[in-house]
Amino acid sequence: MAVITPPTPSAADEADALWRRHTLLGRVLDFARRKPLGTAGLIIVLVFAVAGLSADWIAPFDPEENDFASMMVAPGLPHVLGTDQFGRDIFSRLVHGARTAMIVGFGAAVGGGLIGLVLGVTSAYFGGWFDLVLQRIFDILMAFPLIILALAVVSVFGTGVFNVVIAITIPLIPRCGRVVRASALAVREVPYVDAARALGFGHARIVLCHMVPNVLAPFLILLSAFVGQAILAEASLSYLGLGVQEPVAAWGLMLQGSAEDYATTAPWIAIFPGLAIVLTVLGASLFGDALRDAIDPKLRDR
Amino acid sequence: MRDQPRPAPLLEVRGLAMHFPITEGIVVSRRVGEVKAVDGIDFSIARGETLGLVGESGCGKTTTGRCILRLEKPTQGQILYDGQDIARLAPRELVGLRRRMQVIFQDPYSSLNPRMKVGDIIAEPIRVHGLEPDPRRRRDKVRDLLSVCGLDPKFVDRYPHEMSGGQRQRVGIARALAMDPEFIVCDEAVSALDVSIQAQVVNLLEDLRERFHLTYLFIAHDLSVVRHLCQRVAVMYLGRIVEMAESDELFDHPLHPYTQALLSAVPVPDPRVEARRQFRPAKGEVPSPINPPSGCVFHPRCPMAVDNCKKARPELREMRPGHWVACSEVH
Repeated sequence: MAVITPPTPSAADEADALWRRHTLLGRVLDFARRKPLGTAGLIIVLVFAVAGLSADWIAPFDPEENDFASMMVAPGLPHVLGTDQFGRDIFSRLVHGARTAMIVGFGAAVGGGLIGLVLGVTSAYFGGWFDLVLQRIFDILMAFPLIILALAVVSVFGTGVFNVVIAITIPLIPRCGRVVRASALAVREVPYVDAARALGFGHARIVLCHMVPNVLAPFLILLSAFVGQAILAEASLSYLGLGVQEPVAAWGLMLQGSAEDYATTAPWIAIFPGLAIVLTVLGASLFGDALRDAIDPKLRDR
Repeated sequence: MRDQPRPAPLLEVRGLAMHFPITEGIVVSRRVGEVKAVDGIDFSIARGETLGLVGESGCGKTTTGRCILRLEKPTQGQILYDGQDIARLAPRELVGLRRRMQVIFQDPYSSLNPRMKVGDIIAEPIRVHGLEPDPRRRRDKVRDLLSVCGLDPKFVDRYPHEMSGGQRQRVGIARALAMDPEFIVCDEAVSALDVSIQAQVVNLLEDLRERFHLTYLFIAHDLSVVRHLCQRVAVMYLGRIVEMAESDELFDHPLHPYTQALLSAVPVPDPRVEARRQFRPAKGEVPSPINPPSGCVFHPRCPMAVDNCKKARPELREMRPGHWVACSEVH
């Protein structure tokens, strides 16, 4: 009679599984193996982020300097992606625009996300009138599309990179607060929150140390989606002339103005910044989707 | 009960009631009814004593525990803790009370914050209340607490999800002990554990009672555990206490028809005795606490109910020394 030995996981397999679950690098590699599309998205965003950070060293030309001797030069050398109607190097402007996009994208996403996170959890924790009033305020803010509300804020505070960050942060707050509140309502009923109350901890400690860490999963997913939304909103505002102002390099600005006029004669003026916007937003949302699938235990291992 | 020649109680509950409103409407909420989770109960616990609180699920025993811990603000009644009425204290005034009174929860999986290491879970109350400002001595205290609760001090660096249910429950107990409390509410503290682990944790609770001179309110539905651990037992039904007596007296001579039904539902661990035993389950379902029956709440299910039971609500009467029953038909 043949003895059937069940396949026992070898020690090496177990060590491997342990490593994959418990080290950051292991988890990143595991994510890359399971979610190639999300990883591609992350890489795209990271490439633009790195480009933006090191724009001063990468850009071959000054992004704001006009050069009337070489206007609307087609892609080639030395202008890799050509020049615009003022003779500014498009590749240099793209790289510096990446910096603007990343400042606004990450700044507004992190700012709006964190404020929304704390407000959402606080709202769920206290409940009652505080919750009711805060949620109605969120309702009012969410009644406006993101870009309309951002336009309204810009018209109050004025244009410029910093004001654009604020203008995009404000509409993101209720979008984050609403989702986080839903998760926090569930966490509030879990006995460890009661235990924290019975131990006599203050409200701030319970909210920040016991509830916030346990709603981080939906928060991180939202955050990655917000980066894409904020970049798109920044480009839209700049395109409408209410965002970042000339001569600062910004992708939305590069599409604006006479870029339409030269669409047939010098299409590269519009194509490259357009591509940059599409790629970054696509990358951010691909990564966000993959992150949701990876974090949500209900969708895990499918 | 108050006239008995017993030491002054550590905890005395008088006419405690907790009614949860049922509301309709979103902006302007109207009260359309209320759930009478706890509807006027009285009991007291002496220092060093363990009182068992038993009853079916939904009878209000957990809510009673939550009111005493002031996790809920009771609708009515007094909770005298060491002579001070804590039922109406403002949250700020409760902080001192929190150090004297702790809780052990039923579910060892959800009662520990999954994002914190075991050592931090136990050290946090000590640090927040400034009980041990020196970090090194605090760490020693956490290790002590772990070993007192039968855990390896190495566990300080573990996360709760890396431990078994019994181990996690021991962490919960260690956290409760971190504040050096004198009174602990054990809310179904062993109900979610395997039987073998249950016995260990019950023994641990007994040891701790001796060692730290603790007083317990032991909320449970497992009657054999209650008999083993508690000196006195109170039986709750639909938000009221129907019978209360010394543990052996209650289990050997139950007087209230509900207690009798409850005790007869416990199987005897001998198949021959079990087969010959008369089993009288209470008929019907537990009524809703939203519209509890008039008079005696148990009358629709009671085998000895008479007309008068529908009208008058029976109060607790002392039928034998220390044996209190809320039933007009018991003589």
